[in-house]
Amino acid sequence: MAAFDVERASAEGIARLLDARELTCEEVAQAYLERIEALNGDLNVYLHVDPERVLARARALDSEGRAGIAGVPIAYKDLLCIRGVPTTAGSRVLEGYRPPYTATAVRRCEAEGLVELGKTNMDEFAMGSSTENSAYGPTRNPWDRERVPGGSSGGSAAAVAASMAPLSLGTDTGGSIRQPAALCGVVGLKPTYGNVSRYGAIAFASSLDQIGPFARTVRDCALALRVIAGADTCDSTCVGPPEPIELPDREDLRGIKVGAISLDGIEGVSPGVRESYEAALATVRSLGGELVEAKLEFSLTPHALAAYYLIAPAEASANLARYDGVRYGLRVDGDDIFAMYDATRERGFGREVKRRCLIGAYALSAGYYDAYYGQAQRVRTLIRRDFDTAFASCDLLLTPTAPTVAFTLGELVDDPLAMYACDLFTLPVNLSGLPALSLPCGLSDGLPVGLHLAGPAFSENRLLAAAHALEGAFAFDPRPPALTGAA
Amino acid sequence: MSLTPEDVRHAAALAHIALEPDELEALARDLAGILDHIGRIAELDLTDVPPTSHALDLVNVLGDDVPREPWPREQLLELAPARTADGFLVPPIGA
Repeated sequence: MAAFDVERASAEGIARLLDARELTCEEVAQAYLERIEALNGDLNVYLHVDPERVLARARALDSEGRAGIAGVPIAYKDLLCIRGVPTTAGSRVLEGYRPPYTATAVRRCEAEGLVELGKTNMDEFAMGSSTENSAYGPTRNPWDRERVPGGSSGGSAAAVAASMAPLSLGTDTGGSIRQPAALCGVVGLKPTYGNVSRYGAIAFASSLDQIGPFARTVRDCALALRVIAGADTCDSTCVGPPEPIELPDREDLRGIKVGAISLDGIEGVSPGVRESYEAALATVRSLGGELVEAKLEFSLTPHALAAYYLIAPAEASANLARYDGVRYGLRVDGDDIFAMYDATRERGFGREVKRRCLIGAYALSAGYYDAYYGQAQRVRTLIRRDFDTAFASCDLLLTPTAPTVAFTLGELVDDPLAMYACDLFTLPVNLSGLPALSLPCGLSDGLPVGLHLAGPAFSENRLLAAAHALEGAFAFDPRPPALTGAA
Repeated sequence: MSLTPEDVRHAAALAHIALEPDELEALARDLAGILDHIGRIAELDLTDVPPTSHALDLVNVLGDDVPREPWPREQLLELAPARTADGFLVPPIGA
């Protein structure tokens, strides 16, 4: 086997080596399986890996012939259904569940010849910002094993950070791709609502959920988005991108109006994150970008956070009604059907999922609907208007992705409000359906900081182009020093 | 508006989640803290602001109305915790 360094590998680089026949698909798959074998016991990144299946797929590609990015491995968040493959959404209630069908995004990856490595850990039903709410134990951050990887797609972010996969997919309802990408030092993109089919993604909050990629580089992120984006009649809200996703090659920001949000008056942003953000703004200027001061009057206030934490649980309480012990998953017996429902859901759901189901049921209940859910929907309108106003005078908007670097395991787990505040910068774009990307922009105390780029609806090409230019200037090394040389 | 244990019991009944007394107490404490914070949204005067239920003005994508094979019944029934030969088996409705 040719010298293949998984720690430095990108999806694009792997495809080049496969094209040049310097490597086989099997050798690539084997290298990642070895890395997973060496690290997963400690980091708990994957919930399910079937090495035989991985190698069989890779060998088939080697013998059938391949093109494009076929043969590049990919990991999937464990709420993406794959026919016959265990899919738990991080919950006890789905332990042992093997879906009878495959998510459209996964199907599109399979059609391009991407090789499925396995299913990654996550906060139960994507509810959380640390992956500590998984029923299968927390994932550890590859940069510091005593810290969280972020969440809810913490396993997918950590997989790419630890070179246990060159690409992965996650879902983002309020920041669940971008926040873990920031905390793990990788690129994560939440596409415009309607760009990627949600068919086969276990639903959390259907008006907010969107599937998106994690990668080591912006170009890899674009490659993966190009594969998964596209209209799908199985998801009536999916229209696909209006123009093809381009591979970015831009190296400057000339002619781009970059709106910078001031952090003055925003509580909870750590000094290290502020410093990295200021440095990133200086980089925008040095690349020739026109930096303008932008304002979001309402979107970064506690009322926006409140609107999200009413709307998302309200939708979740309805979506999670299906886990009733009748058709699949866990059943706990009861004297009648209602006692069976109640006991199944008591045993099957973890604490945070119960909190959200109860808040959702309460916010939708008679007498409270207008005060909570109705009011949250009105705030949602104000947030949409905020972005409309901002994008009238700039092409994209910058903030930090998360208020702090990765926190320690257990630090916020008993403080739901502090955990919810992790999503301050990320959730407004979910409420307004917009695309946004987190790009590693530096280190604070040896831990990655993410820069958040948001754009108007379906402006993914613009976001990726700008991120590519910034990536070149930041020259961030995505290899966690703690793992150098592992396996 | 502050949350009472009775409110939590009601929400738990709506959500079909059985709660032991100590779990109910812990959740009531969690939820009261959360709602004290997010409940302030009710104080905003937004009577002139229309609600948004969906962020983008997307029109539903419809597929062609083409008949196709139904899902194999056996494959779906295999997933059930309890079943009969051709259906899902559940406890009686009202014991």
